Amino acid sequence: MSLNIIVLAKQVPDTRNVGKDAMKEDGTVNRAALPAIFNPEDLNALEQALKLKDMYPGTKVTLLTMGPARAAEIIREGLYRGADDGVVLSDRAFAGSDTLATSYALSAAVKKIGNYDLIIGGRQAIDGDTAQVGPQIAEKLGLPQVTYAEDIIKAENGKVTVKRRIEAGIETVEAPYPLVVTVNGSADECRPRNAKAVMKYKRAAVPSEVAADEAKKAFVEARPYLQIGEWNTETVGADLAQCGLSGSPTKVKSIQNVVFTAKEARTVENTDAALEDLIVELIANHTIG
Amino acid sequence: MADKNNLIVYCEYEHGKVADVSLELLTKGRQLADRLGIKLEAVVVGDKLKDIEKEIFPYGVDTVYKVEDARLYPYTSLPHSSILINLFKEVEPRIAFMGATSIGRDLGPRVSSALHSGLTADCTSLEIGDYTDAKSGKEYKDLLYQIRPAFGGNIVATIVNPDCRPQMATVREGVMKKEVRDSNYTGKVVDLDPSKYTDPTDYVVEILDRHVEKSKVNLKGSPIIVAGGYGVGSKENFDLLQKLADTLGGELGASRAAVDAGWIDHDRQIGQTGVTVRPKLYIACGISGQIQHISGMQDSSLIISINSDPEAPINTIADIVITGKMEDVVPKLIKYYKKNSK
Repeated sequence: MSLNIIVLAKQVPDTRNVGKDAMKEDGTVNRAALPAIFNPEDLNALEQALKLKDMYPGTKVTLLTMGPARAAEIIREGLYRGADDGVVLSDRAFAGSDTLATSYALSAAVKKIGNYDLIIGGRQAIDGDTAQVGPQIAEKLGLPQVTYAEDIIKAENGKVTVKRRIEAGIETVEAPYPLVVTVNGSADECRPRNAKAVMKYKRAAVPSEVAADEAKKAFVEARPYLQIGEWNTETVGADLAQCGLSGSPTKVKSIQNVVFTAKEARTVENTDAALEDLIVELIANHTIG
Repeated sequence: MADKNNLIVYCEYEHGKVADVSLELLTKGRQLADRLGIKLEAVVVGDKLKDIEKEIFPYGVDTVYKVEDARLYPYTSLPHSSILINLFKEVEPRIAFMGATSIGRDLGPRVSSALHSGLTADCTSLEIGDYTDAKSGKEYKDLLYQIRPAFGGNIVATIVNPDCRPQMATVREGVMKKEVRDSNYTGKVVDLDPSKYTDPTDYVVEILDRHVEKSKVNLKGSPIIVAGGYGVGSKENFDLLQKLADTLGGELGASRAAVDAGWIDHDRQIGQTGVTVRPKLYIACGISGQIQHISGMQDSSLIISINSDPEAPINTIADIVITGKMEDVVPKLIKYYKKNSK
């Protein structure tokens, strides 16, 4: 038995280690100062898909991402780690999409890929932390969902068994597929790149990446396995009214840089005497003890 | 049958008690409903809901919708979503809130997707205000301002849903304050027939096993918190912080960077994507002070920052700054506390 799995992945700015130059003077984000990375929990999701591929030979793992053409970088990254195929969904019409418009576009692309058993994505992306796109896609496709997954244990007889981690503890659930699963960061880390796969796929590209270079273009065109899909609203038959800003019920009213009111801090020297005085003071005013 | 265009809160419950986050949302909901001159409603979905309204009414709730069926507890996505989608179509709430928990964050997006209504996750503030659409110039009165940090907490965005209803938002536990409006407040109970709001095919996900583990970590309730960041440098150094926390009778917390580094469990994360805390004493060790972290602890009464970098951003909001290596300072604090506490 083999499965068809679509892995949803996003290329995100690395917001975790934001340096001083990450914000511009006017309070907007300086995206150029932030490296673009494979969203961490989407890597956890990819690992679950690759694990199922190991368990059920013949399983096909297709990566789907929405973003500019350079998001093909994360498709290549996925191919290096064991994915079979990838699609970049890219169109100016998607600009300004909120989570709902994003899930509409992605669900249109999922339908176009078709014939899927599992759709697996990270729980959330680090640039928004909303965790909304997975469940919204599930609803748009009329599928059940399992969120906060930590381990997809098995997929047999039309049912998937998943362990999920929630505040109340751990749940093991069984759900029929097709199914949408979103994976928690506490799941297994993604396996590293495979040297052979890197050799095989390092020249994989979307058409727009090689369009300007005849030699590269010819090289990719002669090798179907190097062709990463590049789809737009037309390819997936998306209704423009539901894409981008016009398809987004939420609007950003304003954005502010976060400024905290600075306090007058008192300095305590890092000496035995000063630290003992501080402790004595905190005990005396009942802050501690 | 129903009142329309009110503010509704989806109430979670576990161990027969309504979750704190839901009561916090009811408190905020009552304030906003007063401001808008509308009613506050609550919906509870589950099993054994007898008398649950008694826990809810004191927060100033006018209507409690109850949907009871053995199959509705524990929570699964589809039946709970169907109930909310169908109920919302009927009562057309103006505003809907749910907790930013593993339930609310599973349920909210599904409901918003079906109703094509916007949803803003993890709001840190909710207000009412006006909005003018920059393109069309159309003016909107009394919208819900859904305010949340974005971009890893580096900016704060105010989001509105001008045209779609309900205006939906989730909020994490501990962000809003819980306050009883009137212990004698009472409203009406509306029992809804689960079979009219769900479809038999909604019950396809089966819970095989459920280990309920009460979290051992009680950051929210602890008056003293010792927290470590990326500057702590290792798991071993976190053991040292644990020792300080134990000595002072406090809890150990961490910034997202330390959690991401794998030095400490996720349930100890303080900040926008973790827990919001307001202890009496907050000792920040090796925490640089990213906004994402500060937004979750800035209301602490006394903040001590121990950092080898005198320019660390956290020092600007600290009350006391100790410049030095935590490996060096923390053992001294332990030593002098032991010496002086008796």
